[in-house]
Amino acid sequence: MPFKPVILWTDSLVFLLVLIVLVTIWYVRNHEYLLAPWRRVGHSTSGMSALTVLLVFITIGLLDTLHFRPALQHTNNHGERVYSVEVLSVLDIVLTPLRTNVEKTYSAPLATHLYTKETIDRPDGNQIRTFARLEFGGAHLQNPASDRLTDIAWRTATGAVLGLLVWCGLHALLCLSMARRSDRNFAQCFQSIWRRSTEIPWHAILITLAIVSVLIGITTLLAMQYHVLGTDKVGQDVLYLSLKSIRIALIIGTLTTLIMLPFALLLGITAGYFRGWIDDVIQYIYTTLNSIPSVLLIAATVLMMQVYIETHPEMFETIASRADIRLLFLCIILGITSWTSLCRLLRGETLKLREMEYIQAAHAFGVSHWRIISRHILPNVMYIVLIATVMDFSGLVLAEAVLSYVGVGVDPSMISFGTMINAARLEMAREPMVWWALLAAFLFMFTLVLCANLFADAVQKALDPRVRTYQSHDNQSKGNIPAAATTHQAAATQASVSPVTAVTVNRPPRQS
Amino acid sequence: MNTLLQIENLRTILHTGNSPVRAVDGLSLTINKGETFALLGESGCGKSMTALSIMRLLPDTGEIQSGAVRLSGNDILQLPEASMRRIRGKLISMIFQEPMLSLNPVMTIADQINEVLKQHLPLSNDAAQHRIVELLEQVGIPDARRRMHEYSFQFSGGMKQRAMIAMALAGQPELLIADEPTTALDVTIQAQVLDLLRRIQQRNQMTILLITHDLGVVSEMAQVIAVMYAGEIVEQSPRERFFSQPAHPYSQQLFASLPAKQKRHLELAVISGTVPSLSQQFKGCRFADRCPHAFARCHDIVPQWHVIADNHSVRCHLYDTAAVPEQNRPAPDVTLKTETAARQPQADKPLLQVNGLKVHFPIRKGLFKRLVGQVRAVDGVSLNIFAGKTLALVGESGCGKTTVGKSILQLIEPTAGNVRYNGHELVGMRRERLRPLRSDLQFVFQDPYSSLNPRMRIIDILQEGMNALNVDTPAVNIQASQPPLSREQAVDALLDCVGLPVEAKWRYPHEFSGGQRQRIAIARALAVNPSLLICDEPTSALDVSVQAQILNLLNTLQNDFGLAFLFITHNISVVEYLADEIAVMYLGRIVEYGRVDEVIDHPRHPYTQALLSAVPVINESSAAAMIKLKGDLPSPASPPAGCHFHPRCPHAMPVCNQSYPAASTISPTHYTHCYLYSQEHITKQHEH
Repeated sequence: MPFKPVILWTDSLVFLLVLIVLVTIWYVRNHEYLLAPWRRVGHSTSGMSALTVLLVFITIGLLDTLHFRPALQHTNNHGERVYSVEVLSVLDIVLTPLRTNVEKTYSAPLATHLYTKETIDRPDGNQIRTFARLEFGGAHLQNPASDRLTDIAWRTATGAVLGLLVWCGLHALLCLSMARRSDRNFAQCFQSIWRRSTEIPWHAILITLAIVSVLIGITTLLAMQYHVLGTDKVGQDVLYLSLKSIRIALIIGTLTTLIMLPFALLLGITAGYFRGWIDDVIQYIYTTLNSIPSVLLIAATVLMMQVYIETHPEMFETIASRADIRLLFLCIILGITSWTSLCRLLRGETLKLREMEYIQAAHAFGVSHWRIISRHILPNVMYIVLIATVMDFSGLVLAEAVLSYVGVGVDPSMISFGTMINAARLEMAREPMVWWALLAAFLFMFTLVLCANLFADAVQKALDPRVRTYQSHDNQSKGNIPAAATTHQAAATQASVSPVTAVTVNRPPRQS
Repeated sequence: MNTLLQIENLRTILHTGNSPVRAVDGLSLTINKGETFALLGESGCGKSMTALSIMRLLPDTGEIQSGAVRLSGNDILQLPEASMRRIRGKLISMIFQEPMLSLNPVMTIADQINEVLKQHLPLSNDAAQHRIVELLEQVGIPDARRRMHEYSFQFSGGMKQRAMIAMALAGQPELLIADEPTTALDVTIQAQVLDLLRRIQQRNQMTILLITHDLGVVSEMAQVIAVMYAGEIVEQSPRERFFSQPAHPYSQQLFASLPAKQKRHLELAVISGTVPSLSQQFKGCRFADRCPHAFARCHDIVPQWHVIADNHSVRCHLYDTAAVPEQNRPAPDVTLKTETAARQPQADKPLLQVNGLKVHFPIRKGLFKRLVGQVRAVDGVSLNIFAGKTLALVGESGCGKTTVGKSILQLIEPTAGNVRYNGHELVGMRRERLRPLRSDLQFVFQDPYSSLNPRMRIIDILQEGMNALNVDTPAVNIQASQPPLSREQAVDALLDCVGLPVEAKWRYPHEFSGGQRQRIAIARALAVNPSLLICDEPTSALDVSVQAQILNLLNTLQNDFGLAFLFITHNISVVEYLADEIAVMYLGRIVEYGRVDEVIDHPRHPYTQALLSAVPVINESSAAAMIKLKGDLPSPASPPAGCHFHPRCPHAMPVCNQSYPAASTISPTHYTHCYLYSQEHITKQHEH
């Protein structure tokens, strides 16, 4: 075999998560009433655009999760294949030129020369101090000073056209599959998308896809010959670093949340629901935990973990697996320290909900405590959970940066937004300033967190049955006022027979 | 007569959702100086929007499209905002519905009144302080000099509304807009506040625009009445004529849907359907779809005003002499519908026996939660409910009615006493042992908006009880002796039983109106086949016409399934209509207990007498002298010594503050706790 698959701890957890998500999707698809709220997610324009971008991020993250060790040329004494100690991912293979084209040190985005002057021996024996040509960036240009801009412009245009071509292909595929599902032809489907009369806002998705594919097209063509986002101190391509950081960000965001959620949900709801001594105990626990600075707690745990790794070298075959186990424990300890705020929020909301009359009605039916918690309280606090976790997501990625600064974050060999931001601390203090690493980290994190926020917003709206998500139907009826007026009488008599058909709810003043 | 306020063709729209809502649609009215003008209508008819349009205090989404509001001849809609601020509080003041929400909790009452004074009157500090005391004394706040420096939370509900009125009066306005001023208050407090408004009006020659949905309040207060329906006024008339000869079918229906003693065992008239959505374009009469007298013309042509007597005009095609022959006009009295079946004979053994029930909530203070006192929410209540009968528990808010209901169901653990259902003692029963009995006793809550889980479908809500208690056949199926229904069919039968379409089960609660939600809540309780239903003010959050629907439903259920009701309410007319027996509660204890005719016709306890006299009556002649109660309900944490009622009692005697009076039996079914009547041995009171 030319490679040996490697499944790191976090990888297995990610695979498990993917499996759970797939099974859930399959289960939901088979149950109409569960599917209905998720259909409503599909009605949100911003939500679906955000999902499109999120899917791109997730794809990159998943590609980066498929790890393996490539085989080396030689064999060992027993004639067995020897595999490299370097663990690569599929993404690394895709990005091979970026990964391997390492310059000497800093270079600006799309530059052809280094960012710092260095002493060069001329062939005639003289030494001069100048900005040296980059080894890879713009190496194909004979005369960089004059050709660089035209080359970049040409590549940008070509990349954009290629991106658009790919997009057109996707668009056509979409129309074809729509035409296949319904009995309409291709042109009708095309029209319905751009007249925005489809239930899912395909026009928004397509516009987002167009932007994404044009950006990818341009970047790909440029990245073949340039460092699109410059290089860092040791000459690594910043674009490569940013793409590699996505997986770490996603893992820290999701795994930590998943570790934190059971604590927060279970303890918060039980504290608020049962009150009394249970409430007291849980409150003492989270107040105590809150009173210890979390950085200290995390530092202590990570240092203990480090000592364990140092004393058991035989357990970790590669550097990657050592870095990975450290990441996993970082997630766990972050999760254990960050559940308190959500727990407090949930306790407060549950205290309010438990006095609601529908909970009392459930008590009057003798419904068991756990059933009340799962059927009545949990769905009604879900909106807090969604908002809090998405807000925490960005907070956790930032926390990782802070921890890397203290030196207890991810392993130094691991590339993450945190380490990039941490490195930017020194880069910003230089003269002239190195700004691109921070900018790249910022741009990628901003996009990721914004999309997660928008998507969570759409999900939260869709899960609340009181919010109407699909507006298009009303637009149609607005256009038909004369027709509606003639049928008004009939509709009205119908309404008086079955009053439920009245859409609006007139709420009388509360008189209590 | 000189006109103070003239509104011409006012149109206010609210930009919400997809299409604008025409909250006020072409409203015109004229109010004379010194008169009380009542704007009457159900919720969602645009009454409050009219008031806010006059004040120009509409929400951000609101917009006055056209029209004129002339105050003493000046159109205030044309004024710039700066001059409008000189009018608000000075020429027009407003009292809002919720006194609790209208006062700033971090400002003293004096500071809040001073704010108005500073804005409108050039007073020195001393003069302002003096004026504040004067205003508070005027609205009847005792010890005003001291209490003016208190915060609103130190005031009781009635006192807060008085303070609000004092604030509204500070600028000596010519027009006072009172938007449901007493809806949030108890009857006895409501009577005090209405009396206060009347006195102030007489003294200051003030004009009041009273906005309310309560026909009783209108009858007590108003001189001119305008009935509002779906954004426009449909009838305007002087008070006497309106109450003797309501002309518009809507007004007639409103009267017919009021519960009353004369209508006992009769079905109340119901206005079918709901108030139409105001976002649509109306073609004909807005009431046509719900009107029993509607004919073809009503659906196509907007009715014009028809004057039928002096100052009495109505917007209805039935009064267009050219269009309708005389005999087709509706009689002022809408005939009552068929009499329901006679009640079952009384069983001799009570279904539910409550004896000496006490619920005390501990008050804890300090670091170690030391017990410093107890709130005696329920303090020795005994009552009996017979199968198929209705017992009404009447009293003001805070007297412990709801706590009684909840502690019978063991939702709140009683401190002492017995609750015996069919021979089973419920107090102290373990949760698991109690579960099988849960299906017999069910609860219908006050607020249909908070009693249904907004994230559950109706089918899940209805099935919850069936699943938890393993009930397979709900009561609705008992009559039709069919094979057992599946759970889903049972849900269909239940919805059918409460008059909702079967498709409703796939929807969520927010898609229903208040009355429909209350039906769902009733259906949920019926799902487990109860024999006793405890209804905690099931209609107090609903409009009159919707209330009639719910009362009819409860009546039918009692006749068909022999349900017993414990009806907790403060609404005396509902009690007169529905109840067989009444228990009057005051501060955690029952002060009078008897059959409905005994208690209503011959109330013995001074509190019952005051409570009944405080209820606004719809009557052409001014009602009998009202018994005014001093002060408010005392705190149940420190009830007065002796008879709890003696500090407010007009007949208080020295003996009253010595010890609590024992029961005095008036008749075998009627007793009261009062020293005015001959006392018996204390042991006897436990018989009841």
